[in-house]
Amino acid sequence: MSSLSSQDAANARRQMRRRRLQAFLFVVPLLLFILFAFVAPITTMLFRSVYNPTVAELVPETLTMLEDWDGETLPDPAVVTRMAIDMKRMAGNRTSGRFADEINRALPGMSSVIKSTARGLRRADDAELAANGAEMLLAENDRWAKPATWRAIRSAGQVYTSSYYLTAVDLEYDAEGEIIMRDTQIYKQLYTKTLKMALIITGLTMLLGYPLAFYMSQASPATANFLMVFVLLPFWTSLLVRTTAWIALLQAGGVVNSTLIWAGLINEPIELLYNEFSTILAMTHILLPFMVLPLYAVMRGIDSSFMRAAISMGSNPIGAWYKIYLPMSLPGLSAGALLVFIISVGYYITPALVGGTDGQMISNIIAFHMQVSNNWELAAALGSLLLILILVLYWLFDRFVGTDNLKLG
Amino acid sequence: MKDTKAETFLRFDNVKKSYDQENLVVKGFDMDVQEGEFITLLGPSGSGKTTVLMMLAGFESVTSGDIAINGKSINKTAPNKRNIGMVFQNYALFPHMTVAENLAYPLAVRKMSKADIKERVAEYLALVELSAFGDRRPGQLSGGQRQRVALARAMIFQPTLILMDEPLGALDKNLREQMQFEITRLHKQIGFTVIYVTHDQTEALSMSDRIAVFNDGVVQQCAPPAELYERPVNAFVAEFIGENNFVQGKVSQIEGDLAKVETDTGTITTQTSEGLTEGAQCRVSIRPEKLFIHPTTHAHDNALTATFVTRIYVGDFIRYYFRLPDGTDIIVKVLNDLSAPEFEDGATAQLLSLTKDCIAFAN
Repeated sequence: MSSLSSQDAANARRQMRRRRLQAFLFVVPLLLFILFAFVAPITTMLFRSVYNPTVAELVPETLTMLEDWDGETLPDPAVVTRMAIDMKRMAGNRTSGRFADEINRALPGMSSVIKSTARGLRRADDAELAANGAEMLLAENDRWAKPATWRAIRSAGQVYTSSYYLTAVDLEYDAEGEIIMRDTQIYKQLYTKTLKMALIITGLTMLLGYPLAFYMSQASPATANFLMVFVLLPFWTSLLVRTTAWIALLQAGGVVNSTLIWAGLINEPIELLYNEFSTILAMTHILLPFMVLPLYAVMRGIDSSFMRAAISMGSNPIGAWYKIYLPMSLPGLSAGALLVFIISVGYYITPALVGGTDGQMISNIIAFHMQVSNNWELAAALGSLLLILILVLYWLFDRFVGTDNLKLG
Repeated sequence: MKDTKAETFLRFDNVKKSYDQENLVVKGFDMDVQEGEFITLLGPSGSGKTTVLMMLAGFESVTSGDIAINGKSINKTAPNKRNIGMVFQNYALFPHMTVAENLAYPLAVRKMSKADIKERVAEYLALVELSAFGDRRPGQLSGGQRQRVALARAMIFQPTLILMDEPLGALDKNLREQMQFEITRLHKQIGFTVIYVTHDQTEALSMSDRIAVFNDGVVQQCAPPAELYERPVNAFVAEFIGENNFVQGKVSQIEGDLAKVETDTGTITTQTSEGLTEGAQCRVSIRPEKLFIHPTTHAHDNALTATFVTRIYVGDFIRYYFRLPDGTDIIVKVLNDLSAPEFEDGATAQLLSLTKDCIAFAN
């Protein structure tokens, strides 16, 4: 009998199920971790970048009534009255500040208008307000008479909005709802600068890491291990310590400047710290291991006979390196480059500490919007764009280099 | 070897190599190679044979001495200017190139035209019987096929000589024999000069015109295979090449090429070797297949009395283990035919040999 009996088949199935379950249990902790620490926050971030219910929750009735408004003239007095009543309520429960912030983002200058109006209407009589609200509101500030103000309220009242993404790429809606360039161009320039700096850092780590990894792969195990300690040393020191060391070196009265002055090369300290230069320098130092490690792992696997074979066939050493060794070490080089590039695009601490105003990268602005300006929606939009940017770059990398060419060890 | 030129093709002149400024790895290597010869450097690992090869290829510097091709020293020639083809143990085929691109590489480096390259590659692919495999990557080939590609790549630019560094080391036994045949065929057909490094003596014996046996940085003997096997000049070569039995004894008399050696089990008449003196202790080597067990129809000059220990059935022949009174083990190989005798445990036997098969070496 070569075929399985039903009993055998059932046994085999049960064994396979058990193996699968075991395999699954091994990865469960990681899956849970990824779900809670990665998938959930990123989903929230993506949602947050388009979802803004604040205004809709503060003045729901006004917004409902504004739906029928043509947008060109002053809204119906009933709407204006409703707004005046809402203003008083917000002034009473101290939410007028949030309302002012939200409207101010859509129409600059509105913050003070709304705050003073709220102060003015706080003590108004309810009955009088219901009867005469429109006049009272218009009397508080003449900007209430402008259709632009109401358009701003209406657009800020949208629960789902693309305006944060537009802001993130320096665009905005004008009065007519058309997409136009913003007066201040910040973010596009910042993204370009971030990419440029990441590219420079990747290039520098390649330049420094490739020869080192090559030497280590050719050296005796003792020498290679010794050098490896130096490569890994930065990993064993706190990131803050390493960055602070750069501050000590580069500041106006720091080691580099004092040495140069002492040597008579310069008369007064040159600005080395708090600019792009110091950010790139410190980040290259910090990210170098991410380049060296995959390169070394790949190069160690390349036997010296390949180069020898190429040279014995008449190729000069540089030609042999270019045609033979480089393609063979490419998996390590591209893995290292991808690691360094992606890490540096989203880097935060080092630019924050040594970057000054010049050396800020996109993540510093995201942090600014989260911590200082409290504009979480814009921070989420900027972060999502960064994520999309990295995915696009990864896709391009896959198209032109191929991710099966990646080798981390 | 067809027409031996007056001038030597490749000459090593007292070549020495030291890595650590203290010890010599190669101690004064001398050798003359004629064009078209197949020379094998044979020796245990660490004997310096690979170092000689690397110095010839230019990947190691020569500490002192001179290596010359056609009378011109190549000591200072860069490895890529030496025009020497090389086959490595791991083949060193470029994994990111196809077989055809691998073969084209040395030609492209020489700036040959595309059409010529294509033609030459096709020719050499046909030569190693891999015409259908030009578009494959080395990773898709079997070990033997990779070896053939490596051979073709080393030959395709028509180098002045071809070096092979244990090229068959990574192959299994059957493939290895096939490739030995293949290399010999190509060598005969094209007539290139080969310097071949191996630690496998069967390989060396079956392929080479001459074999240089290395030990401890010194060439012990450089001779054609048959001479190396039949007439080893010292005990190391006798022991290293093939299997051998050694019988301890004392030289009682030397007469021309012959010596009489007193052993525990009687006197043996042997061939002499260099350094042998009357009255000195010596070792007599006798190959296992040159010993015959009494009774036999073979003629004989010497007889040893030994105790039977065991016999091992190998298949095509049978190995007998005997012990001499002084405890020395003696192996005898007998063809597995009707004449193969049976013994009781502890039985004594007469082991017979010819004088020409016994060589005495000074201890």
